[in-house]
Amino acid sequence: MASRLTTSNRAGWGFALPGFGLIALFIILPFFFAFALSLTNQRLVSPNPTEYVGLQNYGDLLGLAVIELEPERLDDGSIDRDADGNARYPRVRSITRSDDFPQYSGMREWFRWQSGDNARVVIASDVVFMKALVNTLTFVAVVAPVQAALALVLALLINQKLRGINVFRTIYFMPVVVSIVVVSLLWRFIYDGNDGLLNNLLAGLTFGAFEGRDWLGDPSTALGAIMAMSIWQAVGFHMVIWLAGLQTISPTLYEAAEIEGAGRWQTFRYVTWPGLRNTAVLILIVITMQAFALFAQIDVMTNGGPLDSTQTLVFQAVERGYGRQDISGGATISVILFVLVLTISLIQRWLTREKA
Amino acid sequence: MTRHLLTTGAALALMAGTAAAQTELSMWYHGAGNEAESAVLNAIVDDFNASQEAWKVVIESFPQNSYNDSVVAAALAGNLPDIIDVDGPVMPNWAWSGYLQPLELDESALDGFLPSTIGRWDGEVYSVGLWEAAVAMVTRRSTLQKYDIRVPSLDEPWSRDELDAALTAIKESGDFEYPLDVGMAWTGEWYPYAFSPFLQSFGGDIVDRSTYQSAEGALNGDAAIAFGEWWQSLFDRELTPGTSQDPADRDSGLIEGKYAIQWNGNWAATGIIDAFGDDVLFLPAPDLGEGPVIGAGSWQFGVSATSDDPDGANAFIAFMLQDEYLRAFSDAIGLIPSTASAAEGSKYYSEGGQMAVFYDLSAEQSLVRPVTPGYVVMAKVFEKALADIANGADVADTLDAAVDEIDSDIEANSGYGHDG
Repeated sequence: MASRLTTSNRAGWGFALPGFGLIALFIILPFFFAFALSLTNQRLVSPNPTEYVGLQNYGDLLGLAVIELEPERLDDGSIDRDADGNARYPRVRSITRSDDFPQYSGMREWFRWQSGDNARVVIASDVVFMKALVNTLTFVAVVAPVQAALALVLALLINQKLRGINVFRTIYFMPVVVSIVVVSLLWRFIYDGNDGLLNNLLAGLTFGAFEGRDWLGDPSTALGAIMAMSIWQAVGFHMVIWLAGLQTISPTLYEAAEIEGAGRWQTFRYVTWPGLRNTAVLILIVITMQAFALFAQIDVMTNGGPLDSTQTLVFQAVERGYGRQDISGGATISVILFVLVLTISLIQRWLTREKA
Repeated sequence: MTRHLLTTGAALALMAGTAAAQTELSMWYHGAGNEAESAVLNAIVDDFNASQEAWKVVIESFPQNSYNDSVVAAALAGNLPDIIDVDGPVMPNWAWSGYLQPLELDESALDGFLPSTIGRWDGEVYSVGLWEAAVAMVTRRSTLQKYDIRVPSLDEPWSRDELDAALTAIKESGDFEYPLDVGMAWTGEWYPYAFSPFLQSFGGDIVDRSTYQSAEGALNGDAAIAFGEWWQSLFDRELTPGTSQDPADRDSGLIEGKYAIQWNGNWAATGIIDAFGDDVLFLPAPDLGEGPVIGAGSWQFGVSATSDDPDGANAFIAFMLQDEYLRAFSDAIGLIPSTASAAEGSKYYSEGGQMAVFYDLSAEQSLVRPVTPGYVVMAKVFEKALADIANGADVADTLDAAVDEIDSDIEANSGYGHDG
């Protein structure tokens, strides 16, 4: 294998050189830059010299601690409760901003849970980063399977010999060709809370019973709205890849299955699906990587809001690096993202490996 | 030395009598897309180019949204033009970062200019503005009369209770979608510019201005928390539209009758005067406890540090500072002229003019945003905090987080060059 790549293959390497060169220059080299910058306090613009700070940037992003809060007690020793019967706790800021607990200074509540009478609070040095991390993982976990499945369904639908099938292929593929920025702007109007298309449509379908809602302005729906739009936008691209996979499956297999009396589900299960194995691996990895890179939709539609419900890692990297002029902070997020994507891709590769 | 050679070169060219040999001065401007503004600026540049033979100014305009990014990118790449215009609060950052050099103007050139139109950093003048901007509560006299609300004056602005009562009365009438529009759709610099004065009127601030080394206590003290709770209550009580306000409503909502009162800048005033005529009222900021405050500091002009010909750049800026040109900008787009003498003959700001009140507002109530290179980061942090509070985040926690972020940024920048 190695010898085939290295020996008597000059022409091959010659052809690959421009591509490799560009990738090295614009992807590999910047990555090493990012890694180096993440160990410094480099600012975007500053007359101050850059200093080596070790792993401080990583600590500032990933710092986590759990503190336990005891409920406030009344004079007689019973727990102080509000009108709903919930115990009152001292504010987290009474600990994080107190000189008695210097180890928690600068940290903020991320979430809490109840343990007996006490509340356990997870505090993080960078709650926005933590929320961005969770949002990004949620986005990937939903978008990767749903988009892949939907694309497969569409590919199966258009993989038929019908008159005018190209019209459908074109329609499904159309959103891919349009710039994501334009698509995001259009969907902002669709999701508009006052009289957006979606609200009008839902109100019409339910004969006015549906109360309009502000899809992007409500923390509980904003990320879901962006997921739906992202799935719609890129599904056509993956449909085409599935279609290419479908068309490599030999028609004789289908004929044989028909002669054997296989039903439609059996044909799919035992002929189509095994034939799509490699395509499936490719699509899963590609969607995962694309989903991790979620940025343009956020930048155009929500800017990470409301209440950080749509913060993502790439958006935060850009926001910090350029918006807050903290290049080292942005670089640190990029490195963390790289490690995350690499790990997940390797796991996917391992799970979908050819089992001997 | 280089400068000397260039001037000699220019003089030689002058002797040869060829206009083509004028030294070119490049200039960047943030107002691409605004025709009236461009027309005025182009006329000034034409006048300057015709008035002497040594220099020829060439303008390149950028859309406002990407202007600052373009300048930062150009500075990193070493491609700055000779003359740049700079937003007042951003100037200290650019001066500190070494993009700008101090202006070399005659002592007398800036006499009579509103203090907030002169950009000072570290004891030097780096930029000067031909105009100032101001913000007011814009409404109609008939609206206030209908709900029996007192018309406030500069000496006697609305108190917090009075403002609340007015907004509640209008809200309860149900005649408007919202009684007040503060402009949440205008993300970006509008937030610190328009909303930090409310915080200051409560007695807080974005940063402690005595040292500029920390926001602790200023942005999360009792006054700031009181401000935050008041701010949140505006949205809880649905007195003003929230962060998902449609930008189109922001522009036309007052005129269309969706909003009763609008917190808006003088640059939007001409359109409102056209719509409402004499019925329009420009009212001073409310006194929320510690006196009424509005923001100050608009776009100004400066010379880049890397200019090959700072003499020419300074000459052009000095040329621009004529009352005639201050007035031209004012008449064209309603900006406040920087000097009283320019205001006198202007269309909107002369004695009894429809917008003269803005000149008084600017002179009496205005407070510049924190004069520190760290402001550019503070502005972003403040914007996010206000958006989060409007969306229901816990006030004290959000302000604490903002303080932490501002403080760690100041620390990471070794105090941003403030002595102390």
